[in-house]
Amino acid sequence: MFDVIFGNLDLWGEAIANTLLVFFGGAIIALVLGVVVGAMRVSSVPIARAVGTVYVGLVRNTPLTLVFFFFVFGYPQLGLPKLDNLVLGILAIGIYTATYVAEVIRAGINTVPVGQAEAARAIGLPFGQVMTLVVLPQAFRSVVPPMMSVFIALLKNTTVAAGFAIGELAALRATIYDSHERPGNPMEVLLWVAVVFVVLVLLMSWLQNRLENRWRIAR
Amino acid sequence: MTSVLYDVPGPRAVLRNRILGVATVLVVLGAIAFIVYRFAESGQFSPSKWYIFTFSAVWEQILEALGNTLAAFALAAILSLVLGFALAIGRLSEHAWVRVPVTAVTELFRAVPVLVLMMLLYYGLPVIGIKMEPYWAVVIALMAYNGSVLAEVFRAGVESLPRGQKEAGYAIGLRKNGVMRLILLPQAIRAMLPVIVAQLVVTMKDTALGFIITYPELLYYAKLLSSQQGRPILQSAFVIGGIYVVMCLILSGVAKYLEIRTRHSPKLKALAADNAAVMHEGTDTEIIAAQRGAGKFDGTSTGA
Repeated sequence: MFDVIFGNLDLWGEAIANTLLVFFGGAIIALVLGVVVGAMRVSSVPIARAVGTVYVGLVRNTPLTLVFFFFVFGYPQLGLPKLDNLVLGILAIGIYTATYVAEVIRAGINTVPVGQAEAARAIGLPFGQVMTLVVLPQAFRSVVPPMMSVFIALLKNTTVAAGFAIGELAALRATIYDSHERPGNPMEVLLWVAVVFVVLVLLMSWLQNRLENRWRIAR
Repeated sequence: MTSVLYDVPGPRAVLRNRILGVATVLVVLGAIAFIVYRFAESGQFSPSKWYIFTFSAVWEQILEALGNTLAAFALAAILSLVLGFALAIGRLSEHAWVRVPVTAVTELFRAVPVLVLMMLLYYGLPVIGIKMEPYWAVVIALMAYNGSVLAEVFRAGVESLPRGQKEAGYAIGLRKNGVMRLILLPQAIRAMLPVIVAQLVVTMKDTALGFIITYPELLYYAKLLSSQQGRPILQSAFVIGGIYVVMCLILSGVAKYLEIRTRHSPKLKALAADNAAVMHEGTDTEIIAAQRGAGKFDGTSTGA
């Protein structure tokens, strides 16, 4: 039962490293792009709002598998500099998750009561200070728990990369199965993969609950 | 809602907004132009790349693949609604021996990625001698995952109802069964309908995962097409992708419509006001509306 782990320790290490790489790479892209798009969606420039809305509406209604399909199979067709599948996968998952980050940020800004921004404007603060001193610090608190949920989903979504020749956890089954000397059958491998994910997800949920309690809004 | 953040623009702000607007348009157009240029440069617009879509046989097969996608979606949607009800009622039970195991199962299914669940069913089960068709692997995995997410939605809906509803139900002599069936669930479902439909969009999107375990649905067919004469990889991705996006947009539109109707319905106004962020989680992420009182229910779940 444990052979499948200790007999393939090298593979497990590599797979977990790749999963975490996709996760953190995707998270960074999603955060940066998501903040930009979220800001566009609440900005006072109508065109920027429209662009943000179209982007979110389009990508959110596309299956992640299809986004991967575009990046991993489609990109090499364009004759651009060659990129590793891993890099393309990170881009795909980052661009997909960015829409959810943008929505969380927009929803967070919208939860700040209207009176707060009005009061800030009434005492003469310019838009920049209204946002940085009054609205965003309050929005941040209500954004943290749903943002953690987005990252939990991102972690689980990294498994999709397995279908696109990226050697992460869910792809272990094929790797171990295809090399006949390695111990372990598909069932064992997949069960252990599931265990790893359950542990990671529970860890993140625990963190989420802690952050939530710490930053609970007293309103 | 957001318009309160800024004043009616003065002359300088108008100018600045115009400049920002033009800059946005330029950046977006630039990006699109670059992609189109690369498409043209690498011959993606050449007739030979699109030739395959002139065959009616290809379209018939696309329809067949679409049928497979919809078949998996329809059954998974129905089963996950049923499972969601069962799990929600189990979790709301007063008996610990029902509540605790059901809670554990719900949390477990929510924590395991859908794809790993599908792989377990399709690649794992044959090890212990059970052979499973890809169709059933897709349906059962989607049912388990979305069922447990919907269970949380139903539960949050029931718990968000005012206590008085339940008490009044008992006061007029209904039993537990009647209170749940006649009083609590109808209201909870009505309030949660937009979220439920939004979760169905997630189910629809997740049927595309079947591609990875060789279920012959749309995306699988796109992959098949892309190895045909002319190698129309991007072309088939666009055609098939278009079909997915349209289907999901229709469902999302329904969810949006229901949400607006819910918001304007006077009966539900009071209810929606203290509806917390229903944590519902996609394979993908969620629509978590970070609403007022977010986290009211999160304490009891593992989060999500």
